[in-house]
Amino acid sequence: MTTMMSAATTCTQPLLEAKHLQLSYGQQVAFHDVSLPIASGEIMAIVGPSGCGKSSFLSCLNRMSDLVPHCHVQGEIHFNGTNILSPRTDTLLLRRRIGMIFQKPNPFPLSVWENLALPLREHGLVKSQTSRRAFRQAIHQAIEAVLRDVGLWEEVKNRLHSSALALSGGQQQRLCIARALILQPEVLLLDEPCSALDPLASAVVEELMLRLRPRYTQVVITHNLAQAKRIADRIAVFWVQQHKGQLIEVGSTQQIFNAPTHELTAAYVSGGKG
Amino acid sequence: MSISQRPGLTVTALDRLLGFAMAATVIAVGLGFCWILGAIVAQGLGQISLAFLLAEPSNAGREGGIAPMLVSTLLILGVCLAIALPLGLGTALLLAEFTITDQRLGRLVRRSLDFLAGVPSIVFGLFGNAFFSQVLGLGFSILSGGLTLACMVLPLLIRTTEEGLRAVPPSYRQGAAALGLSQTTTLFKIILPAAVPGLIAGLVLGMGRALAETAALIFTSGYVDRFPRSLMDSGRALSIHIFDLSMNIPGGDARAAASALVLLTLLLLLNLLAGALAQRWANSS
Ligand SMILES: Nc1ncnc2c1ncn2[C@@H]1O[C@H](COP(=O)(O)OP(=O)(O)OP(=O)(O)O)[C@@H](O)[C@H]1O
Ligand SMILES: [Mg+2]
Repeated sequence: MTTMMSAATTCTQPLLEAKHLQLSYGQQVAFHDVSLPIASGEIMAIVGPSGCGKSSFLSCLNRMSDLVPHCHVQGEIHFNGTNILSPRTDTLLLRRRIGMIFQKPNPFPLSVWENLALPLREHGLVKSQTSRRAFRQAIHQAIEAVLRDVGLWEEVKNRLHSSALALSGGQQQRLCIARALILQPEVLLLDEPCSALDPLASAVVEELMLRLRPRYTQVVITHNLAQAKRIADRIAVFWVQQHKGQLIEVGSTQQIFNAPTHELTAAYVSGGKG
Repeated sequence: MSISQRPGLTVTALDRLLGFAMAATVIAVGLGFCWILGAIVAQGLGQISLAFLLAEPSNAGREGGIAPMLVSTLLILGVCLAIALPLGLGTALLLAEFTITDQRLGRLVRRSLDFLAGVPSIVFGLFGNAFFSQVLGLGFSILSGGLTLACMVLPLLIRTTEEGLRAVPPSYRQGAAALGLSQTTTLFKIILPAAVPGLIAGLVLGMGRALAETAALIFTSGYVDRFPRSLMDSGRALSIHIFDLSMNIPGGDARAAASALVLLTLLLLLNLLAGALAQRWANSS
């Protein structure tokens, strides 16, 4: 089933594509020569040992790397046909269209409602209405829709106006996903979204990611190979060689687990089986 | 069985000693505070009446009230805060949010501020007198005193505010950036509201120092004890009035205690007000 899906998607033009990408922090190269096409609607999992540049790679895709001092990116990233590494890119707009979820849930210290309404108003995604009341109503509809989408509505509908920090870790992470979704992005970048959650909450987020496919393209970093096997269409394996991160293999989930071509991949996935 | 051997016993004994020492320190500090407060209340409370708050002083302060000093004090504090708050917040923001790329400049500014915060207030008084009163020609005036106080509390205000801003978790900034929020929105809707506890701490410390100040004011706002007619007029702050009554006026001790009690109450009220305002701001945004 997964092979069919990826076979269908690989022949079309990729939605997001890194070409000969290299990132360095000062003099130190975090990863180099990474070329990776990501097809529209797929879940691409990135796996590999700690420090091989997975997070650094992800942060290039929505230009969060701009915020790190002395961080330098070379190469090209094409998104819908334009190179987003060009200095003319509107990064605020880019980050609206490519959302990001972090390892540790990071809702703002505001109410659940405000967490969602703030980005919505900032990007002017709700059409201005004839009255303030109608405007608020429109915001409410968007909030309810997105909370239903992440399966949080029933749990928080009676506490929309109390602090988001009072939610459980799993609920906070789903709120953060909702906060990204409310901006109607095309791509979601998830950096180990489940690693701070307990197994049950983690399963809920996993299920949510599957439900969001193929409406959104998702790139997810995970240290949990079993999870990658469950949710990913394709898997990219990063590795450190000569102190630099590298993409050593990319393929369908089935191929990576059953017929890896690179010996490091073979060792990695067989170690992960136990 | 070896658990209750000698090492265990010595450790518990040490623990108990430490606990006792801490309790004793807390009690000593608490008693000291209560003693001071008790002395002021015992001496001053009998003197306080509505007339004391609303009347002008007579007979060098032995009789009458403290109304002009209250007005002068509030005016001086007002000038001081009107200058120091925006400047302090601005500088703190610059230090905490924007010097990331220029670490050396940040360190230099911070070290200078820490040094300035420790400069005795009499030095600020002399500086204020030379600069504001003479060079700028403000003379002995509320304005001159307020400006001098602003210089004095600024370092403290900047450093506490900066610490408050730094205490905001970086994950908030990251989350905001990842949502494509502008820097302005991030600052006003997320960072500043989250930094409110630190901002209040800075404000409370700054106001406390300004209200209690005498040395910096003697040479700048003066000690004329009638109502100031404008910001350019001289006015006697409450703290100077207390100093004058207890040092220069025989038989002024009770009135000094009463004025001190009013000053303490004023400080308490202003702190509560600041806290309430800031809290409302944090909740409303
Ligand atoms: N802000 C930074 N400044 C300097 N070096 C950094 C920075 N962030 C990461 N690095 C370095 O870049 C390399 C890649 O880090 P990165 O965080 O991308 O790895 P990762 O694959 O995400 O690891 P993990 O699985 O532990 O999250 C590491 O050697 C790390 O020390
Ligand atoms: Mg990482």
